[in-house]
Amino acid sequence: MTRIGVVVFPGSNCEHDAASAMRELGADVDFVWHTETDLAGFDGLVLPGGFAHGDYLRPGALARFSPVMSAVADFAAAGGRVLGICNGFQVLTEAGLLPGALQKNRGLTFISQPTTVIVASTRSTLTRAATVGQRLVIPINHFSGAYTCDDETFDRLEAGDQIVVRYETNPNGSRGDVAGIANEAGNVVGLMPHPERAMSTLLGSGDGRILLAGFLGAYALAGARDVGAL
Amino acid sequence: MIVPLVVDVTLRPGIADPEGATIERALPALGFEGVTHVRAGRTFRFEVDAPDVASATAIAAALAERLLSNPVIEDAVVRRGDQ
Repeated sequence: MTRIGVVVFPGSNCEHDAASAMRELGADVDFVWHTETDLAGFDGLVLPGGFAHGDYLRPGALARFSPVMSAVADFAAAGGRVLGICNGFQVLTEAGLLPGALQKNRGLTFISQPTTVIVASTRSTLTRAATVGQRLVIPINHFSGAYTCDDETFDRLEAGDQIVVRYETNPNGSRGDVAGIANEAGNVVGLMPHPERAMSTLLGSGDGRILLAGFLGAYALAGARDVGAL
Repeated sequence: MIVPLVVDVTLRPGIADPEGATIERALPALGFEGVTHVRAGRTFRFEVDAPDVASATAIAAALAERLLSNPVIEDAVVRRGDQ
């Protein structure tokens, strides 16, 4: 059974959603408090949404210095799967595990709504069960979600096929409509939309399953968009 | 010696600044004409206990780059807080 660690910072608030989604897809999930430094035994890590350390200074700026982050960096460097969702994505960029930064939304409003994202690359652990061009309905829920980076970084992301999902209609001013990116190896992925909140068509969308099942390597479940279909 | 220092953090040129843009758009409605290129930023004030000003400034520059700013999108400038 795939063993997933969900990293919990003071101020995280989507850890139970993430754990529930992963368990529904067959994973064995443990919570990992941010002071932990031993990540042995995990097959993958999830940095969930929320407001780690209150988002003081900048989202992710203080979480980056939590003791667990050195272990997360080692885990990623060894090829381990790491997924940052929303605030988790912000933490990964601040920690330098993913390039660029997440800025305040254009329009300075907190946006909470379903969005359609288009799968742009399937060479990441998150998108490997999807197909390029596939449209997925996944909710966003953020104030600082506008992806930003310099021209050189953006060119490198495009050339390396590291932009994994793009917004169909840009909601926040994100550069290149970027909704999520991966590192060069594809094992570290961050995205602003919340796939763990798109687990059932009864609740709006089951498209998050395609992404999370791919992340877990549970390909057989990627096509099943409803609890009843499993 | 105790050295009062200030760090100004601003978005790098070319990085979109929705806060500055919103302020700039609001100004004409308040009767302020001719104000352009508004950029928002933040200021941090603190004191550093160090042997001299140069080493205090070096400490401030290091912490400004490591924590107070995100070098991907922001510039940080250190200046004396008592001059």
